[in-house]
Amino acid sequence: MNTKRKAIKVILYVILIGLSITMLVPFYWMVISSLKLNKDVFSIPMRWWPETLHPENYKVIWQKLPLITFFINTAKLTLITTAVQLCTSCFAAYGFTKCRFAGRDLIFLMYVTTIAVPWQVYMVPQFILVSKMGLNDTHIGLILMQAFSAFGVFLIRQFYISIPDELCEAARIDGLNEFGIFAKIVFPLGKPAMATLIIFTFTNVWNDFMGPLIYLKTKELKTVQLGIRMFISQYGADYAWIMAASVCSLIPIVIVFLSCQRFFVEGVAASGIKG
Amino acid sequence: MSNEKKGLLTSGQKRKIRRNITGYAFILPNLIGYSIFVFVPVIFSFVLSVMSWDGSKKPMEFVGLANFAEIFGDKVFRGTLVHTISYAVMTVVPTLILALLLAVLLNNKIKGVAIFRTAFYFPYIASIVAVGAVWNMLFQPDFGPVNQILKFIGISDPPRWVVDKDWAMVAVSIVSVWKYMGYYMIVYLAALQGISSSLYEAASIDGANGWQKLWSITVPMLTPTTFFVMIMLTIQCFKVFDLVYVMTGGGPGNATKTLVNYIYEKAFTSWEFGPASAGAIVLFAIVLVITLIQFSGEKKWFKDL
Repeated sequence: MNTKRKAIKVILYVILIGLSITMLVPFYWMVISSLKLNKDVFSIPMRWWPETLHPENYKVIWQKLPLITFFINTAKLTLITTAVQLCTSCFAAYGFTKCRFAGRDLIFLMYVTTIAVPWQVYMVPQFILVSKMGLNDTHIGLILMQAFSAFGVFLIRQFYISIPDELCEAARIDGLNEFGIFAKIVFPLGKPAMATLIIFTFTNVWNDFMGPLIYLKTKELKTVQLGIRMFISQYGADYAWIMAASVCSLIPIVIVFLSCQRFFVEGVAASGIKG
Repeated sequence: MSNEKKGLLTSGQKRKIRRNITGYAFILPNLIGYSIFVFVPVIFSFVLSVMSWDGSKKPMEFVGLANFAEIFGDKVFRGTLVHTISYAVMTVVPTLILALLLAVLLNNKIKGVAIFRTAFYFPYIASIVAVGAVWNMLFQPDFGPVNQILKFIGISDPPRWVVDKDWAMVAVSIVSVWKYMGYYMIVYLAALQGISSSLYEAASIDGANGWQKLWSITVPMLTPTTFFVMIMLTIQCFKVFDLVYVMTGGGPGNATKTLVNYIYEKAFTSWEFGPASAGAIVLFAIVLVITLIQFSGEKKWFKDL
């Protein structure tokens, strides 16, 4: 029995290691290709390890592509969108859970009915609206159109519901006003839900492609994703450079992912799934 | 005048007004933004779908259902429906099965679970542009590693993937399965943790083996999750744009053009907002139907549990 169990465990490890490698092979290929000469990326038979390494590819792409500008743009968009999203969502969630006011349920119903509407359904009128405000091809336009989501309100609200009202009541008796209760009690307690929302918004905005594709036309305003895409269409056959640029675009998200992995995983489980 | 009015209010009314003001103060920042940038556009998209407009100073013109007639008469649009559905069919079931399989494997008491989980989840957080670029090279028909491996294992005439109109969507679907199964694996893992271990213990006492436990306990207990994952995946498939855009650009020909690609092109390259919005309403209708199925399904599970 014991040997059988051991054998099963070994098989399990072999399967898992095999699957992990299969999953990660594209990334490995990306990295080694980025270190080859453009003409050597495709070779028959293929090489899993290049004979000579060419790290100078990375220097070349920084010269060919204003990557720093793209990174700063993306970081700016990501940070501001995440911050606005987080603040307004927490405020609204507090209003919806801990305050009683006329029309609350009706307004919440409005959020409920629109949460399931995909962005792709209203992206065209939204673009028209933002353009009419004169915000087409600006970062502000892109931030505003992404910063207010029903998802954020829902996620935080779900968490605030679990905070007992007695806690707020006690604070009220102690003389705290509503804003004080929010700032001193409810907001700090909401950290787990906030972490989830931050991670979701951060990854979404950082990796977003379609939003910037529609809104940003000026090269100096473009994001990393758009920049890499532009580079790919310009240097279609310079495979090693494309791979080097792709590797650069992945590095920030890899760092964030590896350092906050726990929150990523807990987030998916806690938020009960939102694709 | 206002002072006089204030004087007439009882303290109870005053408190009520104050409470309303506080409540609205909390929700207004989000409500204003949400109304302007989401709620109004949602309504406006229904309006636009029955209008003819190119976004210029020229006023909109009411055309009734002509936009819908136009897109359904358009061979390209009907094609996008077929392509989107075939993408969904090729993506949903494999993603579901693989995600479940990975979750079951990882739910064992083994060392290094976190590392494996990271490896499986990683493609999900990698950007589509980078991922699309590398897979396009992997799928390169003449020298790409995928076809070299296929030739190596004896397939002398491997598919030409993204440049072949019959295989391009298959290639996109493979990348999609690879990218998203890690995410749904996490969903399944969370659900697996919720299954009471006493069920397995009881089965062990009855002499059930691993497979029997998987089929008779794990799979049935996960049915609500599977249903939920299926709904989410299907909706996600109908919204596909980026992956197709970066891998094939909708080609070869129009072989991989999806519904959202169509909406995008109609709106932002030919500036025909009417037909684009009609396409968007079709997308809305599809997602609505799937969501309604979800609601009725959830009701069923709640009754059962």
